[in-house]
Amino acid sequence: MLKLESRPEQSRLMSIGSPLLALLITVVVGVILFALLGKDPVRGLYVFFVEPLKSVYALTELAVKATPLLLIALGLALCFRSNVWNIGAEGQYVLGAIFASGVAMNADKSTGGWIVILVLAAAVVGGMLWAAIVALLRDRFNANEILVSLMLVYVADQLLSYLVYGPWKDPAGYNFPQTITFLKSTQMPRLFTGFRVNGGVIIALLAVAAFWVLLFRTYAGFQLQVGGLAPAAARYAGFSSRRALWTALLLSGAMAGLAGGLEIAGPLGQLTPYVPAGYGFAAIIVAYVGRLHPVGIVFSSILMSMFYIGGELAQSRLGLPKALTGVFQGLLLFALLACDTLIYYRIRWKAARAPAAKTPVISTEKKVA
Amino acid sequence: MDSIALLLAATLNAGTVLAFAALGLLINERSGIVNLGAEGMMLVAAIAGFAVGVHHGDVMGFAAGALAGAVMAAAFGVLVIYLNTNQYASGLALSLFGSGFSAFVGIAFTQEKLPERMHFSIPGLADIPLIGPALFRHHPMVYIAVVLTVALAWFLYRSRAGLVLRAVGESPESAHALGYPVRRIRMLAVVVGGALCGLSGAYISLVYTPLWVEGMVAGKGWIALALTTFATWRPARVLLGAYLFGGVTMLQFHLQGEGVQIPSQFLTMLPYVATIVVLVLISRNKSFIRINMPASIGKPFFPGS
Repeated sequence: MLKLESRPEQSRLMSIGSPLLALLITVVVGVILFALLGKDPVRGLYVFFVEPLKSVYALTELAVKATPLLLIALGLALCFRSNVWNIGAEGQYVLGAIFASGVAMNADKSTGGWIVILVLAAAVVGGMLWAAIVALLRDRFNANEILVSLMLVYVADQLLSYLVYGPWKDPAGYNFPQTITFLKSTQMPRLFTGFRVNGGVIIALLAVAAFWVLLFRTYAGFQLQVGGLAPAAARYAGFSSRRALWTALLLSGAMAGLAGGLEIAGPLGQLTPYVPAGYGFAAIIVAYVGRLHPVGIVFSSILMSMFYIGGELAQSRLGLPKALTGVFQGLLLFALLACDTLIYYRIRWKAARAPAAKTPVISTEKKVA
Repeated sequence: MDSIALLLAATLNAGTVLAFAALGLLINERSGIVNLGAEGMMLVAAIAGFAVGVHHGDVMGFAAGALAGAVMAAAFGVLVIYLNTNQYASGLALSLFGSGFSAFVGIAFTQEKLPERMHFSIPGLADIPLIGPALFRHHPMVYIAVVLTVALAWFLYRSRAGLVLRAVGESPESAHALGYPVRRIRMLAVVVGGALCGLSGAYISLVYTPLWVEGMVAGKGWIALALTTFATWRPARVLLGAYLFGGVTMLQFHLQGEGVQIPSQFLTMLPYVATIVVLVLISRNKSFIRINMPASIGKPFFPGS
């Protein structure tokens, strides 16, 4: 009989090996799925793992999609390390996009390129505000942050819908639910001509460095992580759990908001009902697959970006629904969690013992009304 | 008067969706397991129920939904109970997988229509003015939800097995020391809870909306999770809470019908905002929640570690 035996120490090897193993499992399931759907599995894998890397253009597109995932996941990693369960990043992302649009639509022809800074700052404020609601209700009223942050995603979606169908609708837009296309001055400068990738990538990479320093080289980051790993120890040490809650939520809200703002000031260029693309949820997976480590998250955000692009290609090339991306995303996280068991336990073969004879100990039933 | 009857009928209808899911989650949580995958299980059950229901009728549709929910819950259960993974993360994985998987499978069914709906009515009672159309012309599942609530209350508070389940949720260590197979009991609770979430999902696609739309559960799984807290883990209160939230959900359509001058998006927000408000009100008193909450909720139990 297979038995799990706890390891005396966490396995460092497995903590890196587990995401790779999980990816392998996801790929194997993917191959089976392609075969079941009557598609050539080799071609399926090619579409997901080779085509997104094949040309310079493909690589830049990979970076375009990886940027928001990376930004949001950095914030979430900090949250999860502090044991704060912000799973409403999608809503904070939408609020970031809304706030950014609010600034961007006020630009006129004479506005200089400096407005981009305002657009992004507004996005950060939007994301933080939405996360602050969660922090306030948790801090002041003890309301579960998982449920509150998630409910706020639906509220944010409706708010977005109200704006693009109502007051912010482009009057010259043939009644389409979208704002005006924002002026060029409100857009992040592109890195190379001819490619959509822009300065957002550089912001994201700077954020990686900043989060690495915050997590591993500052006292504040240390306090946050102790609070997450051992709340009692943190309390004895006098670390404020309330401050940890606010810091984690505000920072992750800011990052999600920034990601939303960069989409407005980049690939999207206007506010539409299609702003919520699930990045806020996918980033949860990115954070875990990246081991809640800023550098790991760089790799996992690229992987997840490949899933997104692969899904789109699978639709156009193989005639498969785009939702395939979601299937693989979910599978990956599920497989990862299972594989993570190997960090703490090892599998041992043990002869099954004869089960001990069961003797009922309670004989009288307690009546509880 | 007619509009009141309609509103009441719609409230029962919407409340039933939440009732099944929340009762299932209640069983989970009474055993100490939080399953954040409710939304995903309901989505997969909704498409499973619809896909089967289109050709084989309601009963088979509901069976398929329950089975889909149970299978997904079992996968979750193996992870959190036998592999000791984090319950929150695993539940999230289930929800993410469920929304992707249901959208993927559901593409083939977006144009499908269910066969002509049967009209149900309880002979005699259904003809009473006002009360008849409001209460006695529903799908049988509406009444099954009520029966289930009573049965669950009896099970939890009047049966030995229910006592064991609660013991496992309050203190798995003690239950283990007494010789109860804690992990097997938790697994059973998780699977049964998943099956009930499955019934809820199937109810959405077979009765409530009757069609398949991607993402059609629209947060009802999460609202059901909030309901268990709101109801302080008691079956009767879960049912009442479900009807209350059902009423809030339906109020938006009612208000729109009455021509209230509020943009429809703000009305659609209502159930979500109401959930937050209710969570705030109920959670405000920390000790009240702590007294009622199963003590081991969310905590893994791994014998011999």
